[in-house]
Order: sequence, then C-alpha cells, then structure tokens
Amino acid sequence: MKTFVGIDLGSTTTKAVVLDESSQVIGRGITNSRSNYATAARVASEEARIDGRFTLFRRALGAAGGLHGHLDEFLGALERAFRMEQFLEQLEDLEATCRGQVKGERFTGVEDGIREALVEVFKRLREEAPELYAPGAKRKSDFFRDIAGSRYHNHSEDVARESKLPYDLLLNVYDKSIIEVENRPPAGALSEKFRRALDRILAADPTIKAEVSAVQDNIESTLAIDLEESYVVGTGYGRVTLPFSKDHIRSEILCHGLGAHMMYPGTRTVLDIGGQDTKGIQVDPNGIVANFQMNDRCAAGCGRYLGYIADEMNMGLHELGPMAMKSDRPARINSTCTVFAGAELRDRLSLGERREDILAGLHRAIILRAISIISRSGGVTNEFTFTGGVAKNEAAVRELRKLVKENYGEVTININPESIYTGALGASEFARRAFEGGARMERAA
Amino acid sequence: MTATKIVTPKAAAKDVEKDLSMRKQKAMMAAHYDRITSAPETGSKTCCTFVPGNLNELIMCFDLLNNLPEVNAIQAGLRRASGNFVLEAEKIGHSEDVCTYVKSDIGMAAKGNIAPNGKKFPDPDVLLLSYTGCFTFMKWFELLREQYKCETIMLHTPYMADGKVTPNMIEYMVKQLKEEVIPKLERISGVKFDIDRLRESLKQSAKAEDDLVRVLQAAKAKPSPIDAYFGGIYYIGPIFGAFRGTEDAVDYYRFLREEVEARLAAGQGPVTPDGDMGEEKYRLVVEGPPNYTNFRQFWKMFYEEGAVVVASSYTKVGGVYDFGFRHDPDKPLETLAEYCLGVYTNRSLPMRIEMLTNYVNEYQADGLLINSIKSCNSFSAGQLLIMREVEKRTGKPAAFVESDLVDPRYFSAANIKNRLESYLQMVEQKRAGGRAAA
Repeated sequence: MKTFVGIDLGSTTTKAVVLDESSQVIGRGITNSRSNYATAARVASEEARIDGRFTLFRRALGAAGGLHGHLDEFLGALERAFRMEQFLEQLEDLEATCRGQVKGERFTGVEDGIREALVEVFKRLREEAPELYAPGAKRKSDFFRDIAGSRYHNHSEDVARESKLPYDLLLNVYDKSIIEVENRPPAGALSEKFRRALDRILAADPTIKAEVSAVQDNIESTLAIDLEESYVVGTGYGRVTLPFSKDHIRSEILCHGLGAHMMYPGTRTVLDIGGQDTKGIQVDPNGIVANFQMNDRCAAGCGRYLGYIADEMNMGLHELGPMAMKSDRPARINSTCTVFAGAELRDRLSLGERREDILAGLHRAIILRAISIISRSGGVTNEFTFTGGVAKNEAAVRELRKLVKENYGEVTININPESIYTGALGASEFARRAFEGGARMERAA
Repeated sequence: MTATKIVTPKAAAKDVEKDLSMRKQKAMMAAHYDRITSAPETGSKTCCTFVPGNLNELIMCFDLLNNLPEVNAIQAGLRRASGNFVLEAEKIGHSEDVCTYVKSDIGMAAKGNIAPNGKKFPDPDVLLLSYTGCFTFMKWFELLREQYKCETIMLHTPYMADGKVTPNMIEYMVKQLKEEVIPKLERISGVKFDIDRLRESLKQSAKAEDDLVRVLQAAKAKPSPIDAYFGGIYYIGPIFGAFRGTEDAVDYYRFLREEVEARLAAGQGPVTPDGDMGEEKYRLVVEGPPNYTNFRQFWKMFYEEGAVVVASSYTKVGGVYDFGFRHDPDKPLETLAEYCLGVYTNRSLPMRIEMLTNYVNEYQADGLLINSIKSCNSFSAGQLLIMREVEKRTGKPAAFVESDLVDPRYFSAANIKNRLESYLQMVEQKRAGGRAAA
C-alpha cells in the first residue's frame, strides 16, 4: 500500500507520522534526535511503520471478528513482545560493540576480566528484560539509550564491585559503544521480529493458541502488506541540515499550521512551544498559514529552559508541572533567560521561597513570553490549539488558559494528547499532497 | 519498503560574480578612500555627515571631502571587522542596545581609525549633522565632537508628520542654511560659497537621479533584471555617499542604466554572487536595512529560493527619487531642503505605509518582508503596525525576520532561513488558494 511519511526533526526528539491514501494516520514514531539527523529520521520513520503495522493488525483482526473481545489485550501483548525482541536485539549489538572496545593501554592486564564482566552484565540485562516489558511495567523512557543506559550503569557497578574490577573501565566501553549502536539501524526483517514476538506470547500463554490460529492468515497477510514509502516530507528546526532533498522539505511553521488544522479543523491560532523555539501561527479555514511570529535567535523561555530548571532542581522534566500546580503564591519572575535560570533559582531558594512557588512563577514567565509572540502574530482567534512538548505540562497549560482568558476572553483551547506529532502530521499530509500533485501532473502529461 | 532518502552536502563555493558596474563602483570607492586618507598630505579638509540628508553638493562647494561614518560602518561590516569594533565600543561603555553603526564607528576609532585601504582616517574638520528623523545621529555626533574636538553644524529638518512639505518648512530650512550652515562651512574651510558651483553640482545630481530611478523601476518588469534590495544596495552606493553631484556619478549611473537595460531587453534576471539568478519565483518588497556582517549569506537565502526583491524602502534612505523629486539647480537651497524633508527616515508612519503599499501593487509583488534591526529604533518602531496595515491594504501576506546592521552576534542564520522559507512557502500556498496546496 502507498504511505506518506512526515518527519519532524526537533532539537530534542524526532517524530514521524505515516499516513495512508485517505489521510488517515496509520502510525507514529518518535526517537531522540541524537547528533545524527539522518539516523534519527530513519529510526523515527521505522518506528512509525512498526506502529502502522499494529494499526493494520487492528484493522484486519477487527474485521475478522476481533478475537472475541480480546483484540486490545492481544495487540498489547504483541507490542510488548515485539518491543522486547527489539530490545534484546539491540542489547546483543551493544554487547558485541562493547567487547570490541576492550583494547588499548587502559585495559592492559584486565582485558579478560573486563570481557568476563561484560558477559555477566549483559546476562543480567537480558534476564531482567521480560520484567521491563511485563504488562503494566513502567519504563523510564522508550528510547534504547535511556533504558539500556540506566540498567547498564546499575549492573556494571555491582559486577565491578563483585569482581574487583575498575568500574570506570566498564563505563568507558559503554560510553564508546552506545552512540555507535544507536546510530546503527536495527538489523533483520521486521516480519521475522513480529513472528518471534508472536511465538513468545503463544509460549507464555498457550490458552490463546486456538484463537490466534484462527486469525493466523490475517496476521500473515497483514505482515505481507508492503508499506511503500511513496513520498517523504521532512521538517523541523534542523531543516538547514535535514537529510532530504529540497523537494522533500517543508517549513515547520506550515507543517504545524496544517497539522493543527488536521487535528482540529476549527483552529485559527496555533501556539507551539518546542525545545528551542516558540511559534505563534495564524491559520485560515483551510489550514494555510496566514501569519506567524517566532522567537529570535534567543531561545529563552522555550522547552529547553524547563529542561535546565529540572536539571538544576534534580527533578525529572515531567515532575515540574505537578509541583508548580501545588503553588498558591507564584513568584514574580520576569526573566526567562536560560543562562541565568540556575542563578535565579538558587537565589530565590536561598531567600526561602518555596520550590513550588518558584516553579509556578517560571511557568508563568514562559507563557507570558509566548503570549507576547502570539499577540505579535495577530492575537488569539477561536479555536486555539496548543502544541509541542510544553503542551504536556499542566502548569504551563493552566497559566496559558488564564492569560488567554484575560486577554482574549472565552476561547476554545485544544490540546491533543498526540500534540507532539503535530509538525510530523502536517508534513505527512504535505507528502500525500505532493505525491497526489505529482501523479496528477503525470496523468496530464 | 523504500528507505528514507539521504542527500549529500553541497559542493564548495565558487568565486563571486560581479557586474561591470560593481567593479566600476569598487574603483570609485577605493579612489575616494585614498583621497580621504591622503588629506593630511594634500592639505584637504574633511567633513563627516550622514547618508539621510547628505548635502554632498554643498559640502563639495567648500572643497571638503565627505567622509560618511555610516558607510565606514557598512564597509567594516562587509569586511567582517565590525564585530571587534562593536566589542571595543562596549568596552568603552556603550550599551548592547546602542545602534551598531555608532559602536562600529567608535570602536574603529578606538582601534586606530584605519580606513578600508589600510591607512589612517584623518580626524574630521567638521561634523555636519543634517538631522532627518534619526535621533541617534545627534547623539553619535555628540560623541564624535567630544572625541575629535571639532566644530559641529546642525541643520534641522522638520519631521513630515502630516505627510507634506509646506512653504514654511522650506523657508525654515533655507534660513538655517543661509544663516548657520553656509557661514560656518565658509569659516571652517576657508572657501567662499559660490552658488553657481552648487547649481552646477545639482545639475549633475539630477542626471544621475534620473538614471537611478530608471534602474530601480526596471524591477517592475517580469522577470526583474535587478534585485532592488541586495543589488540595490550597490546601486545606491555612489549617489547616497560622496558622489552625488559629481561627473563620476553621472558616468556610473549612465553605465549602470545601460547594463540594466541590456539585461531587461534580454529578459534576464538579476546577477547574484553565484552568477545569474535562476527562475524568478517570488517577488518581494522589503522594508528595513539589511544585515551587513552576513550580507552574502542573507542574499543567498533569497536567490536560492528564487526570491527577488523588486522594491525596498532602504534604498530610499539617502533620498526618495521615484515619486518625482529631483535636485533642482534653479532653486539650489530650496531643493536641498526639499531633499532632506523627503528622505525615508524623515517620513511618517502613514507615508511609509503608503509607499510600501504602492510598491507591492506597482511592482506586482507577492508580499512584504520586514527585516527588523535589533539596534535600530528609528526603523523598528512601528514596523509591526506597518506590516499589518500593508497586509490589509494589499491583501498580500507579510512576514518579519530579525537581524542587525553590523553586529554579527545578532545574525542567526538558521532562524532567518526558517522564517524566510516559511514565508515563501506561505506565499506559495496562498497563490494556490484554498485548493489543497503542496
């Protein structure tokens, strides 16, 4: 089948959306942007195609009777088993790469010891994999680097202690290997991984065998569908060095405008707060951008700012919002300069201000800056769609609602749970239109 | 399943292509700098003044060499020297927000005052402030007066708040010229004022102005044979600087006009540093000065996309000629007054809006792009309002990019490229109208 891929290369994450010919989203994928855009684009689109495969399973199996009400359960198990297959495969790659790094002067005399230690570390990592992918298990992140990294650190520390080897040597081989591994696209055919995942769940729960056998043909025919990448459009802040040719690049502003329009056709104003920029966009009833404003070269008050604050407070990024929500007396903070964020924070803490009040003040400062950008782009017109990573932050959303109401009255504010994919969604629709346009021209010729 | 397409980086840059007129201008500028830096040996005196309200014909009547600090700052920007000058000025105590032309000039003086020819600039003998709407000019000369301990003359031009020149305004300015400016220049230079000499220069000015207008208006053609912003900045060089009223300028503009007319006749587009521009895809009107530290990079962002600037307000800062004004040798002092009153910086916001609106319409542009200069309040104040109003009146989309004159720290290429390309794609979408645009 023909598919259309939109890839949004952000400063932090790379997102991909796969559309079918009727503009329906069939898959979404996300990965960390790394220092390598080409790999990030490849991985994100691969992830979106994997996700798309699940959509196709859902469609096929749903049409075939839906496994008597167990479809969600089955697809959930299949996805977990598939992710684990992927994880184990990358773990194997990481182990081989780490072994290859045990060389040179630093390792003189301890090569064998370190190699043995690596065998032990990876044995433990493999053993705990089923636990990481058990139903209901919470993973800190879905990116291999994050999952493998934190577990590797724990296990290697234990193994180093037990075998009386220097811990830093084990860390050193990991550090030298991880970038290489994450920049290497996963090997092996996807269909095989799906089949192995299926075998794994059947082995774990033989009672569903009969039910699954009944739809085996549907599963196989779904796996046989070729997701042809008919057209790709890339967008994002990394556009200057996007790994695509010019015909395959669209402005992120246009992609966000169109993406927001596709999610909420009534959208007239879009605010996007991403990692390093904030954009205010006005769109017409067709999703065409009518006007826009964005921050200049200074990324003060963008998503990255919250990242620094989180680091400074030794908290997770996702913990900032909930803590700020506890404040009833937000601190007055005017500066959103990321460079001075740490100093301002420490000053205020030393003056005895509460963490939650400071955080609430910081969130307000970000939104004040965003409101200024929106007003320069032409203000807020109903409906208003908020996108980007910061749209997931409840404290930021609370401030935004307040300020929009104060300045523009009652306005419908849309925040989509998939808002992080807005730019990629718009890009995928541009891809579909470009393909359609090309086909039209071919027909005319 | 096909893989994501990967493209390789572009090939290395080629040599810069130049029109013959550009080479001619370069030689003129070099000769002028040599005249200035050799003033101590030749015994010539120098006068500093600004581009808007530049009274070059009058200055020449007193055998003074016109040394324009703005032009020197631009030269420093183009040669990538301004960054250090700006830092030097900040070290002396000038704040980050001050006009970077000022800081480049002050920093250059602090670092030995070396001209583009590698020789030292002489200290000015007089600062002639022809005030035309930019308040910073006044502060700039206050600083220079302090530094060089030289004489300062001010000609005050009333602001065109009501959008028209009245006989009172002209009278007020002529009175200043007669009673203040000319007597002082006579005393400082030791040369007696000769009104016929002024008339002679003004006659030359009008000839060059005619040709300049024909060059700029050639951009009404499709495709435009010139870029009226990036290319335009070269075209205005002589007439906005020390050459208006000279034979050199008359020759240059005749030559330039012929060159442009030949391109026009051949249906050619503008010449860019990378050679002939390809297909003209977008026609833009630009408001605001350019960035000089990354001038070619900035221009390239336009011509790579097939965007040509067909009219700009910046090419009118040293004089607005396309609405009919010419220096008139029959009314020598009155015409100088009228010239000062009309320069772009002295025009009110409604006049600027009207001018830009006309440009968008007459030059059949796709829209208006504003390059907002971080350190220039004179241009930036009101620009968003200008943008909205021009958008409303023309129905064409407008956009905003931000940079600076000669401070390289304010040029963020990725940000500007992002906005510019977004804007051009927006224009494309609007052209396609409501139908599904790719």
